[in-house]
Amino acid sequence: MRRYLLSRLGQVILTLFIYITIVYFLMQAMPGDITQMYLANPKIPQAAREELKKRLGLDQNIFMQYLSYVKNFLRGEMGVSFTRYPRPVWDILMERLPRTFVLFLTAHALSFYVGYLWGRIIAWRRGGVVDYAATVVGITFWTAFYPLLSLILIWIFAYSLKLLPLNQFIEPKLWQAAPFSTNAVFGRMVFGGGALAIGLFLVFYLFLRGLRRTRRALVYSGLSASTLVLVAIGAAWRAGMLVYMWDIVSHMVLPVCTLTLISFAGTMLLMRDSMLETVQEDYVMAARAKGLPDSIVRDRYAARTALLPTVTSLVLSLASSMSGGLVTETMFSWPGLGQLLFESALANDYPLATGALAFTGVFLLVAHFVADILYAVLDPRITYTGQPAAEG
Amino acid sequence: MRQLAPSPQAEAAVLREPLWRIRWKLALRGLAQNWAVFRESRVGMLGVYILAFFGIFGALWPIMINTVWDPAIYNPVLGFDPMLAHPSPPSPAHFLGTDPIGRDILAQLMFSTSREFLLGVLSALVSVVIGTVVGAVAAYYGGFTDTFFMRTADIIMLFPFIPLLVVVGSMVRLTFFPFAIVLGLLEGFGSITIILKAQALSVNVRPYVDAARVAGGSSFHIIRAHIIPNVLPLSFLYMMFNVTTAILSEATLSFFGVLNIDMSWGMMIHTADVAGYLLDFGKYWWLWLPSGLAITLFCAAFYMIGRGLDEVVNPRLRKR
Repeated sequence: MRRYLLSRLGQVILTLFIYITIVYFLMQAMPGDITQMYLANPKIPQAAREELKKRLGLDQNIFMQYLSYVKNFLRGEMGVSFTRYPRPVWDILMERLPRTFVLFLTAHALSFYVGYLWGRIIAWRRGGVVDYAATVVGITFWTAFYPLLSLILIWIFAYSLKLLPLNQFIEPKLWQAAPFSTNAVFGRMVFGGGALAIGLFLVFYLFLRGLRRTRRALVYSGLSASTLVLVAIGAAWRAGMLVYMWDIVSHMVLPVCTLTLISFAGTMLLMRDSMLETVQEDYVMAARAKGLPDSIVRDRYAARTALLPTVTSLVLSLASSMSGGLVTETMFSWPGLGQLLFESALANDYPLATGALAFTGVFLLVAHFVADILYAVLDPRITYTGQPAAEG
Repeated sequence: MRQLAPSPQAEAAVLREPLWRIRWKLALRGLAQNWAVFRESRVGMLGVYILAFFGIFGALWPIMINTVWDPAIYNPVLGFDPMLAHPSPPSPAHFLGTDPIGRDILAQLMFSTSREFLLGVLSALVSVVIGTVVGAVAAYYGGFTDTFFMRTADIIMLFPFIPLLVVVGSMVRLTFFPFAIVLGLLEGFGSITIILKAQALSVNVRPYVDAARVAGGSSFHIIRAHIIPNVLPLSFLYMMFNVTTAILSEATLSFFGVLNIDMSWGMMIHTADVAGYLLDFGKYWWLWLPSGLAITLFCAAFYMIGRGLDEVVNPRLRKR
């Protein structure tokens, strides 16, 4: 197991290097690169140009430039943005990354849960009206034209019904008099939300695990969960941040719902297919034969085994959801990595575009790695490096 | 042996038909059986119906432009109707209205249909051909070849497609055919290779492959005659899914205006967006609804056919 993870880590690092190399040379291959943006300015005399070239290290050959780029990348120095001068790229990325991360983690978790719930239902009622309808609706959303769907949802919920705020990350009017910076509030929110999620998970793990779902356990878990939530809200209120946090959350609702609508079908259809296999297994038959209610057989027996292949797809869907992330963030003006990448690419802001593209890759690589570990922990049947699981 | 007179029974058993015709009949019978399984999938049949509708819709374009419509007004890219203020709502002359530059929406929609078909199928074909060949070769040879192609696929899967194409497209405006090929290449060396390789691997260990090897079949022969034909059904299935990806990518990138394509469903929405008509959504519905619906339905149709085929290709999903 440890050997597997170490070799996987080695692969990840190697892949990261290759990825950075590709991104670098891709940017170099673009017409009108950084050199020309500086050197083609007629107001700068020849001597100053040469000086500038030397200072930027552009008089060296491309391989040396590449080496210094890698060195700087590893030290977190990715240059200064052209369009947001003089903010360093690293600074901008560090501000944007958590916003993307939170948005996608929430949407991913929600869509996975919805897909899981519906997948097991429609597999259980295979061939029925529910199966047919859910499949058609799911596929239609799955293949819906992203940007337009988000526009339609914005139009319905934010513009016509005025239920939710229109785009952006925060409401500028509200924040003008705010005693905190956005990043501070958002940072606390992320940590608080994370702690709350872990707490809630522990509660459910303690009381509702396994097959013993008694009324007493239900009461206990409900009580402790609501206490946790109240404590969290109270803490935010004490710090005076509750209004601002609520503002951010309400801005998140629409993008998260759109992402969920678009991507739940993937999990749902996969869950359905994998359920169809497990319901034919003998142990499911045995569970039914001994007279357990249908819902228990479905949820506790068939669905649990069927979950594994679905978890794998979670990894694979990360990349596509990051791709979709650019669209979602641009449509909802959500200041994340995707929007940053789009804007900087259109504005020929090379340092920022390179940084954002490289960072998206790093983000995905880390996610892949985490998912690998998760999968290794979840499925004891997997053998690593060709050895039986018991030895590895 | 020569002297022995053939018995009448042996005479009768000799097939008089040429071999190709027997193969042809077998293929037809297999197709009919698969079609029977496919027909049972309601989702798949819905996809076929939608696709048939789009096929007729697209085929109407050359007929309409050559007989009914005046090319000067109804040209999808250069047409202009001087009689109306644009964008005009649906009217008898323009069933779906006109866009902000005075072009007929229905004409654009019809004109683009065949091109979307071409784009989707071309890019999916490129990706599937690459995926099948690379997958079969990697599974057959194993070792370094396998590792190399699998790691390549890993890296390509790592690239966020749309951001990458936006970055490339914002600097080099891709035209129709290069875009389809690039998309096909990215898809082909990416995830599809891994899936098809897994299938090829399971074929590679079957006894008949060993038999072919023992009988002296070359590597090329085994890959061509045994591995690839057995991977093809799955390739065909993934081709359907890739058509969806290709068309959606094209539409999204066109919408953001980073492609150099003169007319497509995505471009139609882009035109409305650039002119600012998407800000007043409900009033100018004819600018975005037909093309948006077309993209969604068209992609959904291919995806549904893919789902239907899934039940043919994956025996474990069948009801029986």
